[in-house]
Amino acid sequence: MSAATATLTGAPAKAAGSEGRIGLRANMRHIGALARRNMLQIKQDPESMFDVLLMPVIFTLLFVYVFGGAVSGKGHQHDYVDYVVPGLMAMMGMNISMAVGTGINDDFQKGVMDRFRTMPIARSSVLIAKILVEVGRMVIAIGILLGMGFALGMNIGTDVPHLLMAIVLSLFFGASLMWIFILLGLTMKTAQAVQGVAMLVLMPLQFGSSIFAKPTTMPGWLESFTKFNPLSNLADASRALINGGAVAHSVWMVVAWSVGITVVTAPLAVARFRKRT
Amino acid sequence: MVDMTTRLTEDGGTTAVEVRGLVKHYGPTKALDGVDLDVRRGTVLGVLGPNGAGKTTLVRVLSTLVQPDAGTARVAGFDVLKQPRQLRRVIGLTGQYASVDEKLSGRENLYMIGRLLDLPAKAARARADELLERFSLTEAAKRPAMQYSGGMRRRLDLAASMIGHPAVLYLDEPTTGLDPRTRNEVWEEVQRMVADGATVLLTTQYMEEAEQLAHELTIIDRGRIIAGGKVAELKAKVGGRTLLIRPSRSSAAPAMVAAIAEAGLDGVAGARADDSGLVSVPILSDDQLTAVVGMLGGRGFGIAHIETHLPSLDEVFLAVTGEKASAPQDAQDAQDPGSSGHAADGAAGTDQKVEVSV
Ligand SMILES: Nc1ncnc2c1ncn2[C@@H]1O[C@H](COP(=O)(O)OP(=O)(O)OP(=O)(O)O)[C@@H](O)[C@H]1O
Ligand SMILES: [Mg+2]
Repeated sequence: MSAATATLTGAPAKAAGSEGRIGLRANMRHIGALARRNMLQIKQDPESMFDVLLMPVIFTLLFVYVFGGAVSGKGHQHDYVDYVVPGLMAMMGMNISMAVGTGINDDFQKGVMDRFRTMPIARSSVLIAKILVEVGRMVIAIGILLGMGFALGMNIGTDVPHLLMAIVLSLFFGASLMWIFILLGLTMKTAQAVQGVAMLVLMPLQFGSSIFAKPTTMPGWLESFTKFNPLSNLADASRALINGGAVAHSVWMVVAWSVGITVVTAPLAVARFRKRT
Repeated sequence: MVDMTTRLTEDGGTTAVEVRGLVKHYGPTKALDGVDLDVRRGTVLGVLGPNGAGKTTLVRVLSTLVQPDAGTARVAGFDVLKQPRQLRRVIGLTGQYASVDEKLSGRENLYMIGRLLDLPAKAARARADELLERFSLTEAAKRPAMQYSGGMRRRLDLAASMIGHPAVLYLDEPTTGLDPRTRNEVWEEVQRMVADGATVLLTTQYMEEAEQLAHELTIIDRGRIIAGGKVAELKAKVGGRTLLIRPSRSSAAPAMVAAIAEAGLDGVAGARADDSGLVSVPILSDDQLTAVVGMLGGRGFGIAHIETHLPSLDEVFLAVTGEKASAPQDAQDAQDPGSSGHAADGAAGTDQKVEVSV
């Protein structure tokens, strides 16, 4: 069949299977080209990096100096740094993934998506490229966060490989969350609506977690909630990996959550992308 | 495996686009209401029609952006619903609204598309530069597309749709908003692609564009094809050209009109003069034109200026839709939506309509 199409233009037959499927290598190239697009967009609009550059700075300062004293006692903010920075790592991932939802929604108001959707590329590649670049943004945010943490006196109770594991785990979880927000972004009509719904989900998840305070200080029902809150799991895992302590349970919980979320929402998001007109 | 691309039609060509009974409704709006058309390989089909006729919807269905409610459409033998992936390999689209990435420069836009079409990096750059040059965008190549003027964006969009040498190209009002020079450039590029064997489906509001580019025309209104055929046929049906004559003395205009009516030239009728003293005569052939001018010269009329005027889209359109608008119910009755035949079948009974089939 590809031979027949080739005769139509006289152009050489493109590397396509008989069903027009996109090969893995071609797919990687497409993702590369689309990721390049996303990076060039950032270059053109550097302000879009403000969240990544400033959020970690402001959050660490705010939480350490505003809550640090209250939680760990006046003058003992350093103890709180060790506690809150791994938690903030989890939160950072969540906030950046949320931005992906609004970004995708915005992107879809533009005509360039129509062009992508008439091209012989896998529909998922547009989304995967976006996720890759956003994970890159997360890496920068986490780097700045850790820099701030160290500047405020954070200690690593374990070692560098464990720290790296904590970072990878945060990225992994953050990437899985992006599929949820992409799905939201593709479903809702406007970027504002996406933002609204995302905030509604986000606030209870963030504050009803072990990110900022120990769940043992919370009422029983809330403490139970935090146990199943994946953000708690991630904060606990990061804390254990960075400060030391029992790692296995929370790490596996996070991996299970990430895989579960991705398996359920990624196909839905791609299907949604396909249908959207 | 029998491939539609090699299916022979009567006159030995092959059908690149084959549409049968295509229907797309948006709620109560019948954007496409049973459209049939064929575009022969290597030809340009011009699709004309008023705003909201369904032109863009047709193009979007044929480029897999919109799924039809009923009917079939095949492009280069590939079914829009069953084989969208293969179909996307052979098409290029310039939509009515620019589909370039605003934040990327012109060159980066084209490079990205080249890469997405599996061109090697070097070839993608070369192709991008080549097309930028052809569409006079070289100077603006490095600026982000959001700083482009409307016409520049349009050209970039056209360039983008041509990168992969598509076998079938859809152009949805490609030259709307372009200045005459760049309009000519676009026409040249389209003609070049057709010379290379591409098939083009072009929607337009400009009769001149249809005339320059299209081998055949289809007029669509309210989701239905109401007329179609070769450009010349269609124009002949609509009344051909108009001969405009400005007498040396404008006061001579009424006398000129009277003389033309009196002369009883074969098939010449309906001459009239406007307030400014410009005489217009509907003309169906070169012979009639020669006869009218010869007769006026013979009778000693002074002629200051003479030109022929082609029917505008308005004129063509009004002529073809005239009686349809006055009797919409007839058109409805004449058409069986379930029929697998041509949409124009419903109009075949009236002599104003031209059969669309090839
Ligand atoms: N996404 C949509 N939702 C609802 N109605 C739509 C949609 N797209 C098109 N329509 C309707 O379908 C009809 C055909 O629209 P279409 O865009 O195909 O017309 P067109 O011939 O391209 O017009 P124009 O010359 O103005 O570009 C119109 O009545 C339009 O309002
Ligand atoms: Mg349109």
